[in-house]
Amino acid sequence: MSERERIVRVPIGPQHPALKEPESFMVDLHGEKISAVALRLGYNHRGIEKGCEGRTYVQDVYLVERVCGICSHSHSTAFVQAVEEIAGLELPKRAKYIRTLIAELERIHSHLLWLGVAGHEIGFDTLLMYTWRDREQVMDLLAALTGNRVNYGLNTVGGVRRDVSPEQIPEILKVVDALEGRTKYYIELAMTEETLAQRLAGVGKLSKADAVTLGAVGPTARASGVDRDTRRDDPYAAYDELEFQVVTDDRCDVFGRAVVRLGELMQSYSMVRQLVKNLPDGPIAVKAPLKIPAGEAVSRYEAPRGEDMHYVRANGTDKPERVKIRAPTLANTQSVAKMLEDGYLADLPIVVAAIDPCFSCTDRTIALRDGTRHGARTMGWEELVTYGVGWYRARGVDCSRITVRGGPRA
Amino acid sequence: MSVGGAVVDILVFPGLLFLLVFGMAGEFVDRKLYARLQNRVGPPWFQPLADFLKLVGKENVVPHEADKRMFNMAPVFALGSVVAASLYIPLWGTAPVFSFAGDLIVVLYLLLIPTLTFFLGGWYSRSIFATLGAVRAITQLFAYEIPLFIALLAPSLLANTWSISGMARYYSAHPWLWPVNLIGFGVALVSLLGKLERVPFDIPEAETEIVAGAFTEYSGRRLAFFRLAIDCEAIVVASLLAAVFLPFGLGLAPWLGFILYVVKVLFILAILALLRTLFARLRIDQMIAFCWKYVAPIAFLQVLVNLVVRELI
Repeated sequence: MSERERIVRVPIGPQHPALKEPESFMVDLHGEKISAVALRLGYNHRGIEKGCEGRTYVQDVYLVERVCGICSHSHSTAFVQAVEEIAGLELPKRAKYIRTLIAELERIHSHLLWLGVAGHEIGFDTLLMYTWRDREQVMDLLAALTGNRVNYGLNTVGGVRRDVSPEQIPEILKVVDALEGRTKYYIELAMTEETLAQRLAGVGKLSKADAVTLGAVGPTARASGVDRDTRRDDPYAAYDELEFQVVTDDRCDVFGRAVVRLGELMQSYSMVRQLVKNLPDGPIAVKAPLKIPAGEAVSRYEAPRGEDMHYVRANGTDKPERVKIRAPTLANTQSVAKMLEDGYLADLPIVVAAIDPCFSCTDRTIALRDGTRHGARTMGWEELVTYGVGWYRARGVDCSRITVRGGPRA
Repeated sequence: MSVGGAVVDILVFPGLLFLLVFGMAGEFVDRKLYARLQNRVGPPWFQPLADFLKLVGKENVVPHEADKRMFNMAPVFALGSVVAASLYIPLWGTAPVFSFAGDLIVVLYLLLIPTLTFFLGGWYSRSIFATLGAVRAITQLFAYEIPLFIALLAPSLLANTWSISGMARYYSAHPWLWPVNLIGFGVALVSLLGKLERVPFDIPEAETEIVAGAFTEYSGRRLAFFRLAIDCEAIVVASLLAAVFLPFGLGLAPWLGFILYVVKVLFILAILALLRTLFARLRIDQMIAFCWKYVAPIAFLQVLVNLVVRELI
């Protein structure tokens, strides 16, 4: 057999049990070893950026919150921060603290979720069950504080919508104490459990130079020794008043990424304690204008998965002219192909999972390929409307009274 | 034995029907224990039966590309070989339904057939995931099967017989000798994880990598029979281990002996459930390295120990 014939092409995705969202990894296998990976995104484009342009700023807060189901607070905060900067709003300190509190609780729930997913990807379901059970505590806490387990709806332009009551503070501390104990147990487990170390150490290598070149962000970059964290480098909300360390690791592999996330969990517990202790009094929001003056702003935010970036351009109306969202996964996908080089098929799920991917959040565009294959053709919007009207008219349905935005009147 | 009696033995008790019921009960015990160890509630007692009936009632899909005959026959052969093997294993006491000199070898080969049917079923599915799963199943077979053979042959060296019932008789006559084989018991348990494709050796059906491995294209009735065959295989192999490695209390009254047998099998299933709670899935190369570097030499150690013990007594 020639070298070419021995290559087996395996389609991991767009539909595959290892992936929770649709994306495609076309893997060329030589035995169990990966010889090439072709990555393709764009299966879950939802048109959120375009949707933002048609809605008011207040409505957009809720729309961008739904970019991601896990780091929903990250996206809404990044968005309102940009709008507040354009409008020149100065936030009350209490609002900043509450935003930061929810942000860190969200990081806790996201990192615990990741730990469980990582366990599942390497067939260690016990870890999944344990971490997700523990995660319930922080989910319940978030529900108590904001009213929702996910998509908290807490942010608004000019502050937050819900206050933290003094009775809730002991609850927060109780959950943080409990979770800190559990996290210490997981750290010990990660350091001593043999099969876990065998499956994680040395897998998905990404050198520091590659991490910088490929623009990796968040725990993925920090586990390759890149000391980069927006919370410290470009502080927003209340981070400039908090004591915390940026956790980095030099292992450059999946194990390092797990160590970084576990370390960040410990930092988050300490931050939540500081926030609750120093929570200032005062109002939780300032009145924001409905019409935002013309201008543009870029907002950076350290989401649990890495740096999230929102760009907003205002034109003086109550609707933004352009919103651009760069989710952290987009920055990290480039490095996945590098990590998979010369790896095993068995390591693919955990290597992909190790960047904590959120592919639906990432999809901002869709590419039409092979539009003319199998006799198919690509239609523009106007052509499609004309075709639809004609199709119904041929069947005796009169559409003449319906107007379609952007299309010709039938 | 009359023909009618033999038919009852094969089809009802202790043959097919008993094995099916015990197989499902075993699956329940395994799933419930696994769930409780993971802090979950776990399924109700009738869940394995409900799953089976549900699958039987579902649509049977045969892939267009698949080899129909091989695809259809694989599950039947899997179940058939397991039931055939069960007839040669003494469930309680020392006498199985059938036995002859050398039935241990035959049982081991019969218990190899299910893995071969996984391979054939997967291979003839002609799907990329099924093919990969099939290749992994056969690769893994070479790693665990030999330690398992050696571990089971070591006690027979000591008993100086190739017959399972002969071994059971020998060990009930020398009741203090069974702890000699404890190393082999450990080796057999580890190999069993590979044979039953459980974590950490569930590589051939690693869900997150190759969907359901060899069973990817199976659905409906055929999948139900495959799953039933795996349940029964667990019981039969556990019974074999109980007969070979835990041969005590064999002279009891039939009902007491039966209860003791059930306890022994459930004990082995419980150990398997515990082991699969504890570990992450290994990679195929790690699994093979582990089996050849550690498990096989330890199995040989058991053979050495037994040869020495045989000289001593």
